[in-house]
Amino acid sequence: MCGIVGLLVKTPSLRERLGELMIPMMIGMTERGPDSAGLAVFTAPLEGERRKLSIDAGNDAGGDHYDWQALSASLDAALHCDACVEAKGNHGILAFDAPVGKVGAWLKEHAPALQVFSAGRSIDLYKDTGTPAEVAERYGFSHFSGTHLVGHTRMATESAVTPDRAHPFTAGEDFCLVHNGSLSNPNGIRRMLAPQGIRFDTDNDTEAATRFLEWRLREGDELETALQRGFEVLDGFYTFLMGTPTELALIRDPFACKPAVVAETDDYVAIASEFRSLAHLPGVKNAHVFEPAPAEMYVWKA
Amino acid sequence: MESVKFDLEQIALRMVNQYLHQEAPAKEGLSVLIESPNGAHAIAAGLDAPIDVVIEGHAGYYAAGMNQQAKVTINGSAGPGVAENMMSGSVHVKGFASNAAGATAQGGLLVIDGDAGLRCAISLKGADVVVGGSVGSFSAFMAQAGNLVVLGDAGEALGDSLYEARIFVRGAVKSLGSDCEQKPMGEEDRTILLDLLARAGHADVDPDSFRLYGSARTLYNFHVDNAGAY
Repeated sequence: MCGIVGLLVKTPSLRERLGELMIPMMIGMTERGPDSAGLAVFTAPLEGERRKLSIDAGNDAGGDHYDWQALSASLDAALHCDACVEAKGNHGILAFDAPVGKVGAWLKEHAPALQVFSAGRSIDLYKDTGTPAEVAERYGFSHFSGTHLVGHTRMATESAVTPDRAHPFTAGEDFCLVHNGSLSNPNGIRRMLAPQGIRFDTDNDTEAATRFLEWRLREGDELETALQRGFEVLDGFYTFLMGTPTELALIRDPFACKPAVVAETDDYVAIASEFRSLAHLPGVKNAHVFEPAPAEMYVWKA
Repeated sequence: MESVKFDLEQIALRMVNQYLHQEAPAKEGLSVLIESPNGAHAIAAGLDAPIDVVIEGHAGYYAAGMNQQAKVTINGSAGPGVAENMMSGSVHVKGFASNAAGATAQGGLLVIDGDAGLRCAISLKGADVVVGGSVGSFSAFMAQAGNLVVLGDAGEALGDSLYEARIFVRGAVKSLGSDCEQKPMGEEDRTILLDLLARAGHADVDPDSFRLYGSARTLYNFHVDNAGAY
């Protein structure tokens, strides 16, 4: 199992309510994914070379009481990068004027217990173990604003139940993916990507798919081309929902083993594993509700 | 005629299904309206009474599964496995249906006005399924008896490993599965099709616009040339 939710608001006035509208969607997927939950939200991009990381302090490194301000100050002292941090629960969104790789290396050396979950100009990412309601409460999902988001509720089958194995997974900058299903060739994908210098944070099958697709995008593929290659390379069951700063994209394996339903109105596009999660959206009674076809690409622009 | 209304935002689905199982059979001709289905699973599953049930909205997995005698109407779409293993009665989906609609159904009539997903009528065992739109790949896979009527198109591998059962398709068939072949439509086939079209609300559709597919019967019959394999 596992549950997928995605929401893209077309009406600018709804951006303030993005998280609030998403909450019943995620709660509706509790039975499909009771062990972990996560959310990636795409906000207005940072200016110029400024980047941000979503970082998990976990429970070992101090959790909710982690001293993010001290971290930010040390980073600033070391790299002079105008660092600032916003903490939510045991996660911190650390923004700075420096290359992501340089800050990542500094963190690895000076704060090795921290885990970086996402990087980019636009993406904020929160994920943890617990029921969707608990995780949503922990990070205040209902207050989130933005143009679009990608969420997930997990029932683990392929790797352990830990925060870093929860979805969404990310690779590179501003790209995330959530998965309902299981891949049969993640180790083959890892072996294929390893010579490209691509490293993996976990043993999770979804991470392999995420890094494969992000690698194709980085190599210059358009999203559609990358997804087409995905159909050829990724073997197994999947409904994938992906987010970039400007798009949401959905694909289902050719056997449509895992469900997906879309509801579209003039105000929003909402995607979920089941209609249960769409039932409480405003105006859904008059929405165009449809089931995405297998082996087709669906891309919605923010 | 007695009628009763349930709103699933006010009452638990389990209570409604228990009512349909335990109280409804004593009330022949009962008419039941279920509001706010909101994609819940197994709505009106396991009915065994000559009653009318209307689901006003979108249903989740296994709606009206294992139906016997009841007439269930879904004024919305249906999730995977609608009317799976139906024994008798009828189920009418006014919107689209997801995967495995009418799977293993042994009797009764399943009508889907919109499209049906993959594996529609998989392992069909005697029921009739009429789809107003198109069906996805692997439909009527290993079907054993009954009829599948498709007014639109069919996906890949239609009727793969078919035992028996008739498949009528009006539109294009992307590909036929192993051991499925087009057959000439005889008078008996045509009569069955005409009756099903009428009962599914498609009396205006010309039965001669359909092609009939069935089993070539080479997979499941013993062939003496294969004796060495045993």
